[in-house]
Amino acid sequence: MNNFEPKIVAFTCNWCSYAGADKAGMMKLKYSDDVKLIRVMCSGRVDPQFVMDAFREGADGVMILGCHPGDCHYRTGNVKAFKRYKLLKKTLAQFGINDKRLKLDWVAAGEAELFQKVVNEMAETVKELGPLHLTGNVEQGGK
Amino acid sequence: MAKPKVAFYWCASCGGCGETVVDLADKILDVVAAVDIILWPIAMDFKYKDIRAMEDGSIAVSFINGAVRTEEQKEIAELLRKKSGLVVAFGSCSSLGGIPALANLTSKKKIFERSYLKSPTVVNPEGVVPKTKSKVDGYELALPEFYESVYKLNDVIDVDYYLPGCPPTPDLIVNAVNAILEGKLPPKGAILSPDKSLCNSCDRNESKPEDVAISEIKRVIDVEIDPEKCFLAQGIICMGPATRDGCGASCINGNMPCTGCFGPTDSCKDQGAKMIGTLGAILEGDEEETIDKALDGLVDPAGTFYRYGLSASMLGSARKEEEDE
Repeated sequence: MNNFEPKIVAFTCNWCSYAGADKAGMMKLKYSDDVKLIRVMCSGRVDPQFVMDAFREGADGVMILGCHPGDCHYRTGNVKAFKRYKLLKKTLAQFGINDKRLKLDWVAAGEAELFQKVVNEMAETVKELGPLHLTGNVEQGGK
Repeated sequence: MAKPKVAFYWCASCGGCGETVVDLADKILDVVAAVDIILWPIAMDFKYKDIRAMEDGSIAVSFINGAVRTEEQKEIAELLRKKSGLVVAFGSCSSLGGIPALANLTSKKKIFERSYLKSPTVVNPEGVVPKTKSKVDGYELALPEFYESVYKLNDVIDVDYYLPGCPPTPDLIVNAVNAILEGKLPPKGAILSPDKSLCNSCDRNESKPEDVAISEIKRVIDVEIDPEKCFLAQGIICMGPATRDGCGASCINGNMPCTGCFGPTDSCKDQGAKMIGTLGAILEGDEEETIDKALDGLVDPAGTFYRYGLSASMLGSARKEEEDE
């Protein structure tokens, strides 16, 4: 039995995915409490530094949830998020960080069930991967 | 009045930082006239025991270049910290890890395997690898430990100021030395170079289109570079937007893109993350396929975004466990 309770940070955009999470709440859909939501105005606001900071501060997994392509409240914020995500994945791999630890997905305001599904799947995936221990200067409490 | 005592030391470095002090040319005579150099392994002969015999705090300033990879480097850094009033991290390696810190993308195990066992030029049938302690003819021999990761100077000792660059330019050095001699220093922890991005003083900034959009990442070796146009607009990765100003844009003037040796500005916590953010905003196309194709030209993202800054990366060194690979 795997008792590991992962810490997952999910950046959710104000207009779609956070609203989706809100709806999941109103519908009383249960989703993993390993996932902690951080509301941002747009997935395009998720600076890659936020993602790295989350990993550095102890997150075992990070999610970026935005509006479906074409639906971004700011037109192209989610597309920028997607490009940064692709670059981040490529970079994380060189640090030996499994690419499943970072996930980007699209969740619309009405898609409460989808929100529940992607979040629970992520929690399962990260649980299987186990805890993430960063090494090097981070381990030393690098300044 | 006795002249202030100054030490220069090198840890894991190439010697270029020592070279740049010599590059001060005739100005070095002014420096030598104003100070008393008590340690400078690359240029002059001094003994560690003489440093150990000095009173604590009696060295006015120690300039330490190079990253910290071995126990010996840490030991001397600690010794100089104890004996010095000020410690200046000199150059990219001591500030951020520099080129030696690229080794943080691999492991000590792999480095030892490659260097002592598997490299085509190595003949080592008995598989001898360096050990911190070994016995030869009844004598115990000691070597400094080789650490798992490459560290920047402030991971091992308290650092007062940072002189960025690979190497720092003579102008920055002269300004720093003068500031120290005149006692006109900024607050502790300051990086002694302007807190702006390189694009700010880049001559090619004017040539940058309103919206930079690149459909393909090109490598310097594959293209003929336009000597007037913004590198990013040409599809060549230039670290300028994520890099501190103060170098005089010497690479740009030589028609080569910035590779980021001055590190990030004060407001940025991670140079690589910042560059990922920038590139994400200027890559063309919405489809995954187009984006993947554009990124094909980026063969070594970590080595590109953190060429001089891996010891300062928020992600630390590459993880050593295999389970995740």
